[in-house]
Amino acid sequence: MSDMSYVRSEMLPERAPPASQIGFVGWIRANLFNGVGNSILTILSLIFLWYILSALLPWIFAPTWNSGSLNECREIFGADGGHGAACWGVIRERWVQLLFGFYPEAERWRPIVGFGLLFVALIPVLFNMISRRMNWVLLLVVLGLAGLYLGGALGIIAGLVLLGAAGFVGFKAFTTSKEDRAAEIASGAKRLPNPFIFSAIYPFIAPWLLWGGSIWLPVGAALGFVVGYFAYRFLAPIVGSLAGLIIAVLAALVWWLFLTGGFASIMQSIIPIGLEAVESRNFGGFMLSITIGVVAIACSLPIGVVLALGRQSDLLIVKALCVGFIEFIRGVPLITLLFVASTLLNIFLPPGTNFDIILRVLIMVTLFAAAYMAEVVRGGLAALPKGQYEAADALGLDYWKAQRLIIMPQALKISIPGIVSTFIGVFKDTVLVSIIGLLDPLGLSNAIRADQDWNGVVWELYGFIAFMFFVFCFSMSRYSMYLERRLRTDHS
Amino acid sequence: MKRTVFLGALTVAGLAAGASAAATLDDVKARGKLNCGVTTGLVGFAAPDANGKWEGFDVDFCRAVAAAVLGDANAVEFVPTTGKTRFTALASGEVDMLARNTTWTLSRDVDLKFDFIGVNYYDGQGFLVSKEMGVSSAKDLDGATVCIQTGTTTELNLADFFRANNISYEPVPIETNAEGQQQYLAGACDAYTTDASGLAATRATFENPSDHVVLPEIISKEPLGPLVRHGDNEWGDIVRWTLNALISAEEMGITSANIGELSAAAGDNPEINRILGTEGNLGEMLGLDADWAKRAIMAGGNYGEVFAKNIGESTPIALARGLNAQWTDGGLIYSPPFR
Repeated sequence: MSDMSYVRSEMLPERAPPASQIGFVGWIRANLFNGVGNSILTILSLIFLWYILSALLPWIFAPTWNSGSLNECREIFGADGGHGAACWGVIRERWVQLLFGFYPEAERWRPIVGFGLLFVALIPVLFNMISRRMNWVLLLVVLGLAGLYLGGALGIIAGLVLLGAAGFVGFKAFTTSKEDRAAEIASGAKRLPNPFIFSAIYPFIAPWLLWGGSIWLPVGAALGFVVGYFAYRFLAPIVGSLAGLIIAVLAALVWWLFLTGGFASIMQSIIPIGLEAVESRNFGGFMLSITIGVVAIACSLPIGVVLALGRQSDLLIVKALCVGFIEFIRGVPLITLLFVASTLLNIFLPPGTNFDIILRVLIMVTLFAAAYMAEVVRGGLAALPKGQYEAADALGLDYWKAQRLIIMPQALKISIPGIVSTFIGVFKDTVLVSIIGLLDPLGLSNAIRADQDWNGVVWELYGFIAFMFFVFCFSMSRYSMYLERRLRTDHS
Repeated sequence: MKRTVFLGALTVAGLAAGASAAATLDDVKARGKLNCGVTTGLVGFAAPDANGKWEGFDVDFCRAVAAAVLGDANAVEFVPTTGKTRFTALASGEVDMLARNTTWTLSRDVDLKFDFIGVNYYDGQGFLVSKEMGVSSAKDLDGATVCIQTGTTTELNLADFFRANNISYEPVPIETNAEGQQQYLAGACDAYTTDASGLAATRATFENPSDHVVLPEIISKEPLGPLVRHGDNEWGDIVRWTLNALISAEEMGITSANIGELSAAAGDNPEINRILGTEGNLGEMLGLDADWAKRAIMAGGNYGEVFAKNIGESTPIALARGLNAQWTDGGLIYSPPFR
């Protein structure tokens, strides 16, 4: 009697969850067939997906890669004709043109190397997860591959040497752990130079690679900064920092406007180094879009930050100028600015003035993006509590230090989604240049259709272009999400 | 003071503009290249091939001028222009000439200050319909939906034509030729209207071209011709007589096959001799050398050969000569004499 009990006195052993609740089946039950309503929706969605894919997939997977014209595609499909399947021959024949436009075939390694180096230059700016040595490995690998691709005895030797150096540095980087390396550095081992140095000189390398010409022109342009720096360095202690800054800027301007040309031609006659010049007219396809997009993106952020600060400034003239500029540019459609660049400037400037059409477009797109960027950054500034500004003042920081150390890091972090949206928008807006006769991917698709072989091919070209744009824009979007995660400082 | 300097700079710029406009030939020679404005792509008239080499009816005329002036048919920079940028490109000096299927109208000639140097293709607006409709004349199109590019003269011509014949239509506005093709094939409109040459090129791309017909009515005059800026008549003369040389060459029977033989020595036909420079000094009068026309003809053949190669009946576009036949064959193509 005493050992009878109505309550279980010992614990049951844990049992595995029922098969219907775990694994694949469990996941499906929890996510797709969770109740009658959800089950119906799931089935409807599946039917819809099947409907779309059953039409799309046969269209995409068509054996037309090797066709030489739209009619050949039609022959491949017989009576069914071009409706049932894509005619990919146009992409096979023209993808190089869609990527490079009319860039001379022998020189196409230059945009490729420029594009590769772009990533080398961007990585230290965008990601701080990669070590200094790995960054140099990347640089050496890109240059080495370029050497091998160029061929010729010199190119191959240089390529092999560079790849060897990359292998050596990479091997050392892999074999020594982070702590060991830190200890080595602490004990006085020489560090590799900061990769930011390369990022800083990349803006001078890239135009030289793309447009070619004498190397002394970009060198001269870079020297302008050196001139300005030294002018500031020596004059600031004597005449004060503001006057020093103004004189330094003036000195750099004088150098750029009046002395660079002479310097470049003199140096070119002493040591002639240069690449074959490629005219802007030959730029086209994605190369053109990426060139315009990268320049506009890279230049619009700093200009936008300056404009946003100017708009919040207490100085009346600065503020009026910034507000006027932002509101004017934002009040005008981009296509209008492009028409100004392509036609109005042509009329105002004396004939024969060789003001490069791509340079004009670059300036206009950059100004356009900068105005939008300024408003995005201003949103970030407005979102900061006033206490942050007061705290900076209380610490005794001057305006620039407060901006650099306290305000901007927080304001920019808040603005990341807006900034990246603007970037993506600007990159996609570059296709508008087709309206002023530049052959960007969309303009080229029209030109390709003007070839009798491919007249009538529409979806394949647009699909390919859309896919390429999606790749670029989606990567930018993913990067912004990575950046937001990395910079997140709240503790939720 | 600053203002004066600025105005002074403008004046100098203006003077420089006047000076440079007056010597296009010297500019082209100094540059070593002819800047020729073409379309960004029009079937048969101008299109880049897979290697980026431009080809087409208008393109061949640019090459002929380059050959006449510079001695090299490939010394041409082709500047793609859109319908919106073409005239400023020419007016501002970005291009030396425009060979871009541009209709010769009074306002373009007079108000925009250009010189059309002739007509290299007589076009006109037509209608493309499906055979199933059973329509044999554009006048039977009462109540039809018509695909039409917006903002072009074709839109106005269409309205005029239907009003004059007291019939109604419903316009389906489209933006580009590619869109027009798609809409027409998808059945969004009963008829597609644009220049007859464009209709022929469009029809050639269809899966079953024989299911569609171009109606016989041509409802507008579209004389397409190359043009240059006002103010440099010497340059205009060179371009004009290069076109005339190609036309005369066809009339006289000078082809790229027999030109070597004909130009070796002066022959029996004095006009051929004058064209080819074996007699007289016509080249010198133009500021060129004696062989200029020979080189222009050798660049792509005479007018008839250029036509046949790019848009003629042996090509998929298959345009008949029609109005563009020599005057001796009942067409309108006619060159003043070389004398």
